[in-house]
Amino acid sequence: MNHPIVKKKKLNHLNYLIRVKAPQVAERFQAGQFVIIRMHEKGERIPLTVAEVNKKEETITLVFQVVGKSTLELSSMKAGEALLNVVGPLGNPTKIKKIGRVICVGGGTGIACIYPIIKAMGRAGNEVTSVIGAQTASLLILEDEIKKASHQTFVATDDGSRGYHGFVTDILKRLIHESTAKEIGEVILIGPAPMMKVGAEVTRPYGIKTLASLNTIMVDGTGMCGGCRVFVNGEMSLTCIDGPEFDAHEVNFDEVIRRLDMFKEKEKLALENYKKKEKNHENRWKKGSHEGTAF
Amino acid sequence: MREQPSEKRIQNFDSVPYGYTKEEVIQEARRCIQCEGGPCETHCPVSMNIKKMIREIVRGRFEEAFFTMKKDNPVPGITGRVCPQESQCEGVCPFHQTKNGINIGKLEAFVADWAMERGIKEEFHIKEKPQKIAVIGSGPAGISCAVDLRKWGYKVTLFEALHKAGGVLQYGIPEFRLPKKVVDYEVSYLSEVGVDVRLNTFVGQNITFEELRRDYDAVFIGTGAGAPLFLRIAGEELKGVYSANEFLIRVNLMKSYRFLEYDTPIVCGKRVGVIGAGNVAMDAARCARRLGAEEVHIIYRRTQKESPAREEEIQHALEEGVWLKELVSPKKAEGSSEGWLEELELYRMKLTEADQSGRPRPVKIEDSEFRMELNTLIEALGTTPNRLFLNRASELEVNQRQLIEVDENMKTNIEGIYAGGDAIRGNATVILALGDGRKAAQAIHEYLSEES
Ligand SMILES: Cc1cc2nc3c(=O)[nH]c(=O)nc-3n(C[C@H](O)[C@H](O)[C@H](O)COP(=O)(O)OP(=O)(O)OC[C@H]3O[C@@H](n4cnc5c(N)ncnc54)[C@H](O)[C@@H]3O)c2cc1C
Ligand code: FES
Repeated sequence: MNHPIVKKKKLNHLNYLIRVKAPQVAERFQAGQFVIIRMHEKGERIPLTVAEVNKKEETITLVFQVVGKSTLELSSMKAGEALLNVVGPLGNPTKIKKIGRVICVGGGTGIACIYPIIKAMGRAGNEVTSVIGAQTASLLILEDEIKKASHQTFVATDDGSRGYHGFVTDILKRLIHESTAKEIGEVILIGPAPMMKVGAEVTRPYGIKTLASLNTIMVDGTGMCGGCRVFVNGEMSLTCIDGPEFDAHEVNFDEVIRRLDMFKEKEKLALENYKKKEKNHENRWKKGSHEGTAF
Repeated sequence: MREQPSEKRIQNFDSVPYGYTKEEVIQEARRCIQCEGGPCETHCPVSMNIKKMIREIVRGRFEEAFFTMKKDNPVPGITGRVCPQESQCEGVCPFHQTKNGINIGKLEAFVADWAMERGIKEEFHIKEKPQKIAVIGSGPAGISCAVDLRKWGYKVTLFEALHKAGGVLQYGIPEFRLPKKVVDYEVSYLSEVGVDVRLNTFVGQNITFEELRRDYDAVFIGTGAGAPLFLRIAGEELKGVYSANEFLIRVNLMKSYRFLEYDTPIVCGKRVGVIGAGNVAMDAARCARRLGAEEVHIIYRRTQKESPAREEEIQHALEEGVWLKELVSPKKAEGSSEGWLEELELYRMKLTEADQSGRPRPVKIEDSEFRMELNTLIEALGTTPNRLFLNRASELEVNQRQLIEVDENMKTNIEGIYAGGDAIRGNATVILALGDGRKAAQAIHEYLSEES
């Protein structure tokens, strides 16, 4: 079954939002889960977190950052075009219950992933403090949505172009200092692995329960390839079926970070090749239309 | 059978055997003496009418030969290529003793290809029945069960987690042994008979087992044994270490051997180690050679004699320059500061008295450690059933190896729920999975006929 794109929006020069028809996912999605998509017959299986679903319209909203060939190609798709496959929801949902005060930390595209968790935590009666950040103001996404869904929101940028000048983890540290540890029931981290690693170290001395949602390399997403393996408390776990959330204090982040660039060289090659092809295509098209006018 | 020469075939992923010509196939079929009782047929797990197929080939009536096969086997082009014929039909052929048994598998493959090229299809008249059946998994077990039930008129819905139907045939067995054109064609038979195939649907996750039990009159579980086992040694987190499943899924299902045309990457180093010596290990090793590895070592704790792989597979691998390192066992893997695999430390082993499997038991030789330089390590230690599904269908009785328990009619401990293939046997074969699917279909048919 095809999955038409009903809406596409460029959020900034790196991040895009697409809304896709996917009734099966929309019906069953719970905060914290993800999908795997394939654009076309020759495409890879790309894991993406779901930012929002609309049950009535049977759509899901995906937010992604352009990092390589596949995401660049995805960003060039238009409303009306369709994804070939969407499988999901995959992974375990976030355990949503009334805890008290919850701090949700989202970095970069991770903000989109933590958005449904913020909403669900709020609905369950928690006091949600959100901390979101990006490299620079223009890359900050969903700020208004997050503010609306949270009791309190803090913003950080690496270059200080918006909000606090520094990292989301600095704000997390300050928030913990300003409160007694008991007050904070849970911290949830979603973002680049190095950010989550630092976040885990911030909360560790206080013994605050901390969860991190991992974005490892995946192929099938069903527990069949083992490519998404991570070591949690020394034990091998599969991110796709055991995660994607794990106790951040037990994850070996150094290994997670090292494994992420396993295909980096190949991805670079694919990206260059794609850009070259696109360019040729454009040139040919220009040439063609030129000849066309001569005719 | 003529084959691509080994120097040439390691440059491509094309089929190794060239296949028979029409003249050759008739000549081969003529050698059959049509034994009384047909031992080849009684040793076929789906009891294919082999003697009749051969008689039709002799007369050049390939269409009849095709229909003869298809009656008992929905995927003859596949089984003709991947069945362990030497221990089934061909193994009991009277000419087998003189190493000159009738090449039944190759005959089967010829006829299936002949029909595929001409688009020859059987006609069937399905008398619709009201009952609905759910089949989980589109490997050979699921395919044969779904096809049989559909032909008897049941409404069959087949659920598959991946984006392509076929199970191991699609993601595991490489192109050069089993062309995907053949798989796609034979699997399309499902839709042809009217099975509703729902891809991208992971039962237990996107749809619950309870829903299937509620909404269908019977369920067949053909979920295979797809989850990889790991050695659990130090260094498995390193880049360059794969399960055979990941390596083969990337290569076969995602076609990373045609990377750039296809988007999924694979990194295969110049020096590759493959742990294990079964069929899966041979497939991974042969893929690695074709991806440009200069040295590929099969790392095995026993010796070639004890290897569970088919003789033909071992020979093909050796011809292609794969090395067999016997009596060694990995201790730990070590890598660079960036986390890339660089070395594997191994023990030397010796064989002692036989264990439960009847094979001599390998034991470590003390202080025998040595090192091998490797950039890619592929672990082919066997697989086990997917625990997600079993955890979410927890009433199903399983044994210690997490294999679903069934009775002689493939029925599980739950009324109306049947299972077969690797999900009940562990790593078995395509033909046994097909046989299980058929048997379960028969049992489901009887169960639903009784009921109504
Ligand atoms: C590399 C390799 C080479 C092999 N070579 C040979 C050979 O040469 N000859 C031979 O006879 N045998 C061979 N085998 C073994 C043979 O392929 C298997 O025994 C056979 O495929 C088992 O069939 P099955 O239908 O039980 O399961 P599978 O073929 O494993 O199919 C199971 C299917 O179910 C799907 N599935 C699993 N869980 C779910 C779920 N919860 N919801 C939906 N779908 C699900 C899976 O995605 C998969 O597609 C080989 C195996 C491998 C791995
Ligand atoms: S993605 Fe393959 S096992 Fe998790």
